[in-house]
Amino acid sequence: MSGCDKRTAPLRAGLHGMAVPETPEGPYAPFVGPDAVPPAPPAPPALVAGVATGDVLPCAACLRRAWLIARLSGHVEHAWLARRPLPAVLALPDRELIAGLAGGQRDRIEREYEAFDARAARAACAATAVVAICRCDARYPAAVRELPDAPAVLHVHRDAGRFERCAAGDAVAIVGARRASPYGLEQARGLGRSLAAAGVAVVSGMALGIDAAAHAGALEAGGLTLAVLAGGPERPYPASKRDLYKRIVARGAVVSELPPGAQARRWGFPARNRIIAALARATVVVEASERSGSLITAGLAADLGREVAAVPGLVSSPLSQGTHGLIADGARLVRGARDVLDVLFGAGAPQLALVPDAADTATAADALPADLRALIDRVGAGRDTVMALTDTTHPLDAVLAGLAQLELRGLVRRTAGGRYVVVAGGGR
Amino acid sequence: MAAVLARVVTFAIDGIEPRRVCVEVDVRAGLPAFRIVGLADASIREARERVRAALLNSGFEFPARRITANLAPAHLPKVGPGFDAALAVAVLVASGQCPAEALERRAVFGELSLGGELRACRGLLAVAEGARRCGLAGLVVPCERAGEAALVEGLEVVPVADLRALANLLAGGPLPPAPEPEPPHDVGDDKRLDLADVRGHELPLRALEIAAAGGHNLLFEGPPGAGKTMLARRLPALLPPLTRSEAIEVTRIHSVAGLHRHGGLVGGRPFRAPHHTISASGLVGGGQLPAPGEASLAHHGVLFLDELTEFQRPSLEALRQPIEDGHVTVVRSQRAICFPTRFALVAATNPCPCGFAGSERACACGEPALARHRRRLSGPLLDRLDLLVTVGRVSAAELEQPGRESSARVRERVLAARERQRRRLAGTPAGCNAQMDARAVRSRVRVSAEAARAVAFTYERGGLSARGHDRVLRVACTVADLAGRERVELDDVLQALALRLRLGEQEAA
Repeated sequence: MSGCDKRTAPLRAGLHGMAVPETPEGPYAPFVGPDAVPPAPPAPPALVAGVATGDVLPCAACLRRAWLIARLSGHVEHAWLARRPLPAVLALPDRELIAGLAGGQRDRIEREYEAFDARAARAACAATAVVAICRCDARYPAAVRELPDAPAVLHVHRDAGRFERCAAGDAVAIVGARRASPYGLEQARGLGRSLAAAGVAVVSGMALGIDAAAHAGALEAGGLTLAVLAGGPERPYPASKRDLYKRIVARGAVVSELPPGAQARRWGFPARNRIIAALARATVVVEASERSGSLITAGLAADLGREVAAVPGLVSSPLSQGTHGLIADGARLVRGARDVLDVLFGAGAPQLALVPDAADTATAADALPADLRALIDRVGAGRDTVMALTDTTHPLDAVLAGLAQLELRGLVRRTAGGRYVVVAGGGR
Repeated sequence: MAAVLARVVTFAIDGIEPRRVCVEVDVRAGLPAFRIVGLADASIREARERVRAALLNSGFEFPARRITANLAPAHLPKVGPGFDAALAVAVLVASGQCPAEALERRAVFGELSLGGELRACRGLLAVAEGARRCGLAGLVVPCERAGEAALVEGLEVVPVADLRALANLLAGGPLPPAPEPEPPHDVGDDKRLDLADVRGHELPLRALEIAAAGGHNLLFEGPPGAGKTMLARRLPALLPPLTRSEAIEVTRIHSVAGLHRHGGLVGGRPFRAPHHTISASGLVGGGQLPAPGEASLAHHGVLFLDELTEFQRPSLEALRQPIEDGHVTVVRSQRAICFPTRFALVAATNPCPCGFAGSERACACGEPALARHRRRLSGPLLDRLDLLVTVGRVSAAELEQPGRESSARVRERVLAARERQRRRLAGTPAGCNAQMDARAVRSRVRVSAEAARAVAFTYERGGLSARGHDRVLRVACTVADLAGRERVELDDVLQALALRLRLGEQEAA
């Protein structure tokens, strides 16, 4: 982590300067506003890091806290929409939380709070194959503990062992726009694949677009991937990613701060971003517009002293405005998985040898005949349609045949509008 | 006037097939009445009024007796006004106003006006073919469209203007001169649509040429206004000219559907572009007495489905059999009717519901809309399309350039390629590469070893279905035909694959 301080100091200032407009607007603004600095976090009730308090794990106090956040989810939403800083809200002790948020329902929620049944909560977790890891548990990741508003319980769906490996090892978060371009999706997928193949766990939010592509890439490489959800961990959200969710559950893990059964609400997305930022040693933003939520994840990561990196794009693309802003503010520029590994392990670290997938494609590209090599370079340089590739020296027939060759070799992929993208990892 | 039984032969249209119908009229003593039996529909029952008025207005007598008309065979449903003339003549004969001898080897077909004139009606060509097939010597038809009937060789066509002239003829009057077949008429306006007017679009033009040369199906994908429809409309002019037997088939179908308003043959290949709200029966044929649908009207021509994803699912599903088999069987009320549907399919679609995915403008579609779009495009129909091609916006520089080639020059290459196919496919039912069945693909197409490896490799990687595997070979075969090669080489297969591989997926996951 040498050189880390040098980079993060201007980055942090820059991120705040950029992500926070003068007049805070948009759903994420309250979360990182200048006045969003949370009050000193009150100590969690009766616990020392990693030391069980004699109670059965997960302990009743933490489960009750998680239940309370889920119970007050609608109220948190209101507070958040009213621009109350989310970290400050989530860091409030239980009683103050009820008093501050519940309003007319205060008495009722307090009664429910008193009557909370930890055994029932444990049974509900067991019934949905969810492992609850509370703050009193030695398995609770130290990285997440660094958050001022660390969640009381992390609910892991299906495989807690894999979750621990993700959290203990070197994890990288890949986040970005939902409505991403084919280029962005390809980069996210390629990064996910190469990083997972190098033994790095890929953390993301399973949202549409970049997030899903990163998970899918990691799964393709047979690597470890971790999805942090905004709702209950046993509920695929978004529902259209149900298949991806199943594959992540089977081969990685899904985690959420909320207990099983909890619905995803809007405040849950910036909230889960803080867990992503904390869990990962580095956060890579692939595509983000100027006001993207991914920039919040990046800002949180910088605040936590994690590495922040971004994949560049076309300067004219609105989807790259956010990432270019990050790079201008000192985030590391990512041209491929190797750059991310450099960030994690220092330049030229031996771990690079662990990149069989990227190496394979690179050799495949190197072994190409000169004309195909030239064609793939022209595609990479932005001549991405058949028509753009065809000119007097490159007749249509040859271009078609060449593109088919490259596509068969898995070096380019055809995307919407007949545009071809170079499969990430094939070039360098 | 003795009570006689009169028999006059005419024809009913069953789908697009002519069926011999015998009009029997019996006139006998009793309360005045005129009844028509034999599964006649409302338009035939109304014939009673037309026949009565036409007879009286032509100076004949309408017998004030009990008249029973039977249309045999009685099990065949009959529709349309074409029976009027035969009914009127049968009434004349049965009431003794006219001798019957002249009708022994002739059929009568036509609608009557109240004044007694014979009017043309649908399906005249089919009727004339039926008359020749039944071995009749002649057919009495309305003057108006006698040319259409005259297209059938070996049949004496007798044009008559009205009932009076018809009666004179039967009484032994001189035969009018046989009508001359009229010159062919174009059904489309394709003469004015030339490829020379197209700027840019090299890839879609190449796809059009391949589609024309091999009879392949084609999908254009591209943003609104890129020129998908403009390109599709130019396909008919690239196809080989209709042969006489093809032209007769097309004319017969169009005549049955009431679309043929001239006397002559249909000249150019039809181009049909039904709106996307069309129902399944509108597309493949249907109705209580099944009538040909758009797929049959496009027989030997081009069926263009613009906004493919907007078509109702049942309509698209209904197209499967017509595409695969070249005909469709419509079953209605225990009758199965077969319509020919050998068309070249050209479909067009936007890349996404808003139309701008992958183009310079940002796409404004939500994920559910995109998913729906993909779902509609995917599946069995897409698998039946041989060429999937993107039509992009033409750059300003390309708009300045002159057009590349005229349709006539492209058509020369198409004809040469078709000639190769004809030689190769001699002895098989297939007329062009797209019509080859799996056996013909294996036995008649010579493929180089490395080309075969490339197809096998794609198939194993899951890029092709079993059906797609053969389709790629068929397209590759056409590419080779256009290049003048006897054997399919690797380059041909690669080009076919580049024009075939699945359309881009929006989402990487």
